[in-house]
Amino acid sequence: MPVVALKEYVGVARDRVENFNGKQLVYASWDHHLLFAAPFLLCLAPQTTFAELLETALKPLLQADPDAAAIDWHAVQWLKGNQPWVPNFDASLVANGISHKDQLRFKTPGLNTICAVS
Amino acid sequence: MDMKTANKKMSAKDKYRLLTRDLSWEPSYRTEEEIFPYLAYEGLKIHDWNKWEDPFRLTMDAYWKYQAEKERKFYAIIDAHAQNNGHLNITDARYLSALKIFLQAISPGEYAAHKGFARAGREFRGVGTQVACQMQAIDEIRHAQTQIHALSNYNKFYNGFHAFADQRDRIWYTSVARSFFDDAMSAGPFEFMIAIGFSFEYVLTNLLFVPFMSGAAYNGDMATVTFGFSAQSDEARHMTLGLECIKFMLEQDPDNLPIVQGWIDKWFWRGFRVLGLVSTMMDYMLPKRVMSWREAWEIYGAENGGALFKDLARYGIRPPKGWDDAEAGIDHMSHQFMLGLYQWSFGTSFHAWIPSDEDLQWLSAKYPTTFDKYYRPRWEHIKKLEAAGTPFKNYGLAKLCQCCQLPTVFTEPADPTLICHREVEYKGDKYHFCSDHCMSIFDNEPEKYIQAWLPMPALFQEPTNGDLGAWMDWVSLKDGQDNGDFADSQDRRNFEMWRGMATSNQ
Repeated sequence: MPVVALKEYVGVARDRVENFNGKQLVYASWDHHLLFAAPFLLCLAPQTTFAELLETALKPLLQADPDAAAIDWHAVQWLKGNQPWVPNFDASLVANGISHKDQLRFKTPGLNTICAVS
Repeated sequence: MDMKTANKKMSAKDKYRLLTRDLSWEPSYRTEEEIFPYLAYEGLKIHDWNKWEDPFRLTMDAYWKYQAEKERKFYAIIDAHAQNNGHLNITDARYLSALKIFLQAISPGEYAAHKGFARAGREFRGVGTQVACQMQAIDEIRHAQTQIHALSNYNKFYNGFHAFADQRDRIWYTSVARSFFDDAMSAGPFEFMIAIGFSFEYVLTNLLFVPFMSGAAYNGDMATVTFGFSAQSDEARHMTLGLECIKFMLEQDPDNLPIVQGWIDKWFWRGFRVLGLVSTMMDYMLPKRVMSWREAWEIYGAENGGALFKDLARYGIRPPKGWDDAEAGIDHMSHQFMLGLYQWSFGTSFHAWIPSDEDLQWLSAKYPTTFDKYYRPRWEHIKKLEAAGTPFKNYGLAKLCQCCQLPTVFTEPADPTLICHREVEYKGDKYHFCSDHCMSIFDNEPEKYIQAWLPMPALFQEPTNGDLGAWMDWVSLKDGQDNGDFADSQDRRNFEMWRGMATSNQ
């Protein structure tokens, strides 16, 4: 049984996509850039294009890092669910297969001003 | 006419026997399973409840007498502290951040422990167990009360103390402690005892209370030192109950070992995550520091815990599964967590600040292998942003761990430059974790943890729907007063002004 209980017990997930007023959550993090203490939590409409995610949601958050201006977004290496992945910048989150609570990570080899890379 | 009888004085042992063993009558018209329905489902096998020894054999009249005496002393000192403006004797107002976190996150935990032990006292079968649990339940509610009373004096003068009960339920950084107790209270009585009675009270309590109370003494806070002393004499009894209970479970049946070991693994890790808050208090928030988090871990974690698990090895118990990863995180956790508390300080009901040069030097000395390499460059950069008039605020909210509920600030055990990303899919939804150990706790009982109320995703749901201002009202956070950088806070201005008035003629 997936929970130790006296009898059959079914939990109700709190963070189901229906609870977000038509939007969904996306997590995004920049590997080896730990000025930002944790991955960002973004709440976006599923029709948002990937380019919009970058321009309106992610880039403004990254400004505090001195490497932010030097990112070549077309050379960035992406991971989705910890697996290598290539985004389509003009397609929506849905069309990119980015579902509720997916974790995106990106790597920018060579950029490591603040955080030493092991 | 009344008969005169000799007033026989009973020994403490007789009193205890009458108070306890005679309570265990044999039920005649209900089955034992009906009266104690929660004893079997966790899988533990108990053959003889009378084997549970209560070495203290404290009777209720003795208990009231001791506690009343302590209360009288406690309230005399609290009164004196209030009447003599004791709040102006603390080192400086940065110290108050540690108190605020304690009141918002830890004191409500005492109350939760009270509820949990009251329930365990009802659900356990043995009378020795029942009495010990009931007394601990009363202790815990007294601890919550004395802490709230001691800190209420600070609430008259400083921000951030005024809504601790709401913030326990609603603000984000308290949910690590709240979920810890909710998890324990929604488990069966045996797991509750391992969670709170053993892992928290026995293995981890010294890491919380000793540094915190010493910190209060070092920083001139008589009120907190006093509630610490008042609670400390109960702790010996609590630790004994925790240890008795684990030995009882292990001695009753060899089949109990794997279940108990699983709970030790789980609750050590959950407790260790709660201590993340304490590590920031010790390394960053005390103006006059007692010892580093690393040093506290050496004494109260590694040495004491090592001895304990050596002692339990004769039952087949090994140290908790997460022990080595905990050790690997010790030189990093306070820095990783404090960096978060600073950049999200617009959403905290206490103040954070950029460590001074002197503080940075202290941190370098205490963490020679990690601080200068990994963490100093981040603070130096944050200092530069501050000097440029663009102080660093991270308005991107944080991903939280589905199990411990902390922001996932912790790095891979073998790579301090990379955040630990862990996720699983369960019934079509994704769940994220800060570490392998939090993930394995989830995997063991997913149907329990999918229900977790995570404060950051909740901000985008009813009733606040992503509105930060509405969220601040909802968590009773007064923007510009309770939150933000210590440097330009009202708390700092007021403390410095009042202390100036008390110590000079200006």
